[in-house]
Amino acid sequence: MEKFTKLISPIVPLPLQNVDTDQIIPARFLKSTSREGFGKNLFRDWRFTKEGKKNNDFALNKITEGEILVAGKNFGCGSSREHAAWALTDYGFKVVVSSFFADIFKGNALNNGLLPVRVSEEFLQSIFNSNSQLEVDLENQTIKILATGQQEKFEISAYKKHCLVNGLDDIDFLLSNKKEIEKFELNNV
Amino acid sequence: MAGKTLFDKLWDSHVVIKGEQGPDMLYIDRHLIHEVTSPQAFSGIEKRGVPLFRPKQTIATADHNVPTVDQHLPIKEELSRKQVQTLKANCKKHGVELYGLGNPNQGIVHVIGPELGITQPGMTIVCGDSHTSTHGAFGSIAFGIGTSEVEQVFATQCVLQTKPKSMCIEVNGELNKAVTAKDIILYLISKLSTSGGTGYFVEFAGSAFEGLSMEGRMTVCNMSIELGARGGMIAPDQTTFDYIQGRDFAPKKIEWNKKLAYWKTLVTDEEAKYDKVVSFDAADIAPMITFGTNPGMGIKIADNVPSLNGDKSFKKALEYMQISPDTSLKGKPVDYVFIGSCTNSRIEDLRAVSNIVKGRKKAANITAWIVPGSKRIEAQAIKEGLDKILIEAGFELRQPGCSACLAMNEDKVPEGKYCVSTSNRNFEGRQGPGSRTMLASPETAAATALKGFVTDASEYLN
Repeated sequence: MEKFTKLISPIVPLPLQNVDTDQIIPARFLKSTSREGFGKNLFRDWRFTKEGKKNNDFALNKITEGEILVAGKNFGCGSSREHAAWALTDYGFKVVVSSFFADIFKGNALNNGLLPVRVSEEFLQSIFNSNSQLEVDLENQTIKILATGQQEKFEISAYKKHCLVNGLDDIDFLLSNKKEIEKFELNNV
Repeated sequence: MAGKTLFDKLWDSHVVIKGEQGPDMLYIDRHLIHEVTSPQAFSGIEKRGVPLFRPKQTIATADHNVPTVDQHLPIKEELSRKQVQTLKANCKKHGVELYGLGNPNQGIVHVIGPELGITQPGMTIVCGDSHTSTHGAFGSIAFGIGTSEVEQVFATQCVLQTKPKSMCIEVNGELNKAVTAKDIILYLISKLSTSGGTGYFVEFAGSAFEGLSMEGRMTVCNMSIELGARGGMIAPDQTTFDYIQGRDFAPKKIEWNKKLAYWKTLVTDEEAKYDKVVSFDAADIAPMITFGTNPGMGIKIADNVPSLNGDKSFKKALEYMQISPDTSLKGKPVDYVFIGSCTNSRIEDLRAVSNIVKGRKKAANITAWIVPGSKRIEAQAIKEGLDKILIEAGFELRQPGCSACLAMNEDKVPEGKYCVSTSNRNFEGRQGPGSRTMLASPETAAATALKGFVTDASEYLN
């Protein structure tokens, strides 16, 4: 997994609530048996018309260089498909900002080096209003609107932060505790 | 000593290492897998050179991406065929039992687990599918996971999870006769929203749930994820034990008595405290239907669609659905009726539909698909003669799979068409690009198929 410490980037605003994982990557594009290549179908039915033409009104087609997606409340609800996180990272996103994340999506994002940053509803509105670059500092757990200097702290578990900063994943940690697992099985299973 | 909730009891007894500054290491009793979210996890452990740690605790089926007609023939679509073949090859290589196409135990993963007696009270159960919450109906901790977590379970039979908070949703009182389990859960989601349960694990308690069959309880727990909850559970009781006894993987003889004694301890202690408790009156629940593009956008069929409220997402949803605010959905013409999915494809659902359509015909404007949840349900339906009733009523009785719930296979609702569906999600394009889904109970779906427009089933229920 890629390491993450700090990022300064323009935003791609998606001011909609309840963006579900079926929108992030529709089920018909889940047929691959690898983790790669899902970015081209990210937000497929919002990005493209049914004839396959670019929908010029959609945020991803208007702004092309932002690595921070900013979306409304309850982002990533619905299906547990990790393909949603793969599609976002494959497209080039490194951070998703919202006022609320669905649980499974949040876990999937963290397991793929995609940082979910939960901010207050007011701060989210300030981001949308400013349309400015953001600075996301994982070490200090802060997110700053560069144009206005407004800043907010965000929460992340110490363990997950350690994983992201060092580019480690959960399996390494679990495998290092195999003896404990076998002991647990002897007593419980 | 303060008492413990059922959730706390089960969670705590499965923690291998408690995470002081992070997630707990949680032991998993049963791991269910399918063709769509497992291949990358198999490649993951292979790349690490790690064996599948406990293959006997893993059970596989092919369901999400299988055709629901001509299952005896090779899958036509190349990518789907490859995905199903990859599952077969992976299971063989790693020693996992597979109930694939052609196997008499094949079916939707959340239907076959309980049906075969694999799902039991007190277990931790995971699957790379959000509707794993279904298994909570048996008083187990069951939740959906991502593919990286599938790989964790493959490698170590554990997942790293932050313990969710606990919520109790109580529904007491007398249910209206026309109200089904599906109406209860759609009602709760409409009240609490699709994020009302986020961060929580829910226990459903009260007379409304105690009175439900296991099929009904599975329908309720299935849609816990539509509340945003990590999972939902119902404490096991005699209904649960009667359902399990005698099933293929159920404990037998002495082992049964031992397990039963343990299962009877699986209740929330009287003094236990939940992090949150919400209560509803069963008498307030009525047959429900959704009008928007998330499962929280539901109303009683008798009520009007809510007014516009200045919220952009709400307006976008109504525009997508081409449904006007302040109108009734009753009488709205419909094009498709889909009865199936891990929410409502069990034998009880097929019986409920058959009771309504028996001796009647579907309306001419309706395409009606009914997709049993498993091969065993299909066989049972045929044994009971339900197949004839359904076919005579003009329904297409298809073969088991997830089908038009997520429309990964060819079972797609065309663009702009309305479908009254017994599945669990009405997201934009969920049943096919541009499709418009209205979620409801099997009874409502059956009545709608007969009339050709949104219909409350009450007139057929006597």
